[in-house]
Amino acid sequence: MELAQESGMPQAKKRGREAGAGRQAWRRYKKNKLAMFGLCFMALLVVVSIAAPWLAPHSPFSSIKNAAGGLDIMAKPSGEYALGTDSLGRDVLARLMYAGRVSLSVGIVSVTISTFLGVLLGAIAGYYGKWIDSVIMRIVDIVYCFPVMFLIITVSTMLKPNLFNVMIIIGLVSWTSTARLVRGEILRVRELEYVQASKALGVKDFSIIVQHILPNIMAPILVQATLMTADAILTEAALSFLGVGVQQPTPSWGNMLNEAMSIMVLRFKYWIWLYPGLAILLTVLSINFIGDGLRDALDPKLKGRR
Amino acid sequence: MRNYLIKRLLTSLPLMVGITLLTFFIMQLAPGNPMQTMIDPRISTADLARAQERMGLNDPMIVQYFRWLGQIVQGNLGYTVKTGQSVAHMIGERLPATLLLTVTAFLFSFVVGVPLGVYSATNKYTKRDYGLTVFSFIGISVPSFFFGVALIYLFAVKLNWFPTSGLATINLEGGAWAAFVDKLKHLVLPALVLALPNLAVIMRFTRSSMIEVLTNDYIRTARAKGLSDRKVKFKHALRNAIIPVVTLFGISIPTLFGGAYITETIFNWPGMGSLGIQAITAREYPVIMGLNLFTSMLVLLGNLTADVLYAVVDPKIRLSK
Repeated sequence: MELAQESGMPQAKKRGREAGAGRQAWRRYKKNKLAMFGLCFMALLVVVSIAAPWLAPHSPFSSIKNAAGGLDIMAKPSGEYALGTDSLGRDVLARLMYAGRVSLSVGIVSVTISTFLGVLLGAIAGYYGKWIDSVIMRIVDIVYCFPVMFLIITVSTMLKPNLFNVMIIIGLVSWTSTARLVRGEILRVRELEYVQASKALGVKDFSIIVQHILPNIMAPILVQATLMTADAILTEAALSFLGVGVQQPTPSWGNMLNEAMSIMVLRFKYWIWLYPGLAILLTVLSINFIGDGLRDALDPKLKGRR
Repeated sequence: MRNYLIKRLLTSLPLMVGITLLTFFIMQLAPGNPMQTMIDPRISTADLARAQERMGLNDPMIVQYFRWLGQIVQGNLGYTVKTGQSVAHMIGERLPATLLLTVTAFLFSFVVGVPLGVYSATNKYTKRDYGLTVFSFIGISVPSFFFGVALIYLFAVKLNWFPTSGLATINLEGGAWAAFVDKLKHLVLPALVLALPNLAVIMRFTRSSMIEVLTNDYIRTARAKGLSDRKVKFKHALRNAIIPVVTLFGISIPTLFGGAYITETIFNWPGMGSLGIQAITAREYPVIMGLNLFTSMLVLLGNLTADVLYAVVDPKIRLSK
């Protein structure tokens, strides 16, 4: 939005047109039931995550001492502990709420990094072409060949695994698909008359890319970023599940699920692993629904494809 | 075709170099010197010091890279830090189990995914299509470790249909047939977990490809000539719709190898993936790097095969460039 406003068009006219397009997109989006479900669920998740300190019935980090002075270890869901307690006697519901913060931060931070890198490198490759294009796209191909999951695990272990490193690493290795997308879009837009006209007028390359090209390819980038958020959250959960991501006592849905690796917990204490699993599934599913809804809403031509 | 093949092989070369460069670079992040891992640790410290001197650990990085590359080309992936085993040998031992799992998952995801996608497309916008769409969304959204754990809980612990983990039952009685059935039973759950996300993607892709083809003019012509609906859909449309699905062969390979790390860990499957996770826990960097290098080469080879296959089925590709 901000980018488009700087492009020198009369302010009032511009805003009127954008509001119209936005409203139309929203009308199309609203019709998609799955996308609306996703939006509602994510809104709920955001509220719960932000308000976790006030909503959580117990501390998520430490074991709870009961009236008798002992610990309620692996307690069944009950009035006191709505979703039970884990193997250290910590409240599962409280941990679930705080873990939502981890997932959302990973999604937002890593996707911001990867989208920035992807747009930057994709735009350079697509706009300038020639050798710089070849170099960037070969790097993309190389990263594609690596099993990215293992690459992330490896680097994360070498630099101490923690939330901060996990966010950065996921961001740094997952820019390639965005770069491919942006490059393709720029190749398409680059030859359009208005871009050629700007060039002829002597507008600087940077201004052409940022002010004239990017606003036109915003829709696919936005959809891509949404879908990448789902992937980033899944990756963090997998890392934490394997013990090389977010570390205890900080709760993450992935490291909560790790307890299911014990056959005793798996067999008899379903509440310890079922709820974090469902939380990941619903979150990732919702984001994917939103991404799909956005694609259809922003670009009706694509409806029904992919 | 020959020109295309040569061209494609030539473009793979810089990729191979890039993969080794990236691997070498990541090894620099690891504590210790990558060249040290090339030395068999069972030799004495005096020999070691001489060996380090001889190997020129003070040489510039680029020289060290080429020397390391020389070892790699000769098939020396280094030795483990603690036990001094050859990494190449360890990978060789684990390879068959991983191939069994990934190939099964690969076949399963295409054999099930493509027909489901075609079905979805030919019944576009019906309740069943809608149901399959939701299913495919769940397929790409469910974390493999949660799906794996849930399957173990349901089918291994509660129903007792399949074993919880491993490759085969130890000390199994009975003949070859019993052993085969036993192995199959061990394979079902991990293959299902590994295949699900891939299957979902293939299904979606086939669906959209088929829908697109069905809007083509030649389909309208076929209908206008009075061909039956069945014949139009399954003989005329399907043939063209299935061509782009071949590109998914290449994309599936890194997904499956990447997924194997988690799937093998959950099911205690003795393949390269669980070896990798064990190596990470034990901080065995030579093993980690060897695996990285080996799997990315496999992926490269897989992509090459997929591209060549694509050129075979679609003349537009091999003639366009």
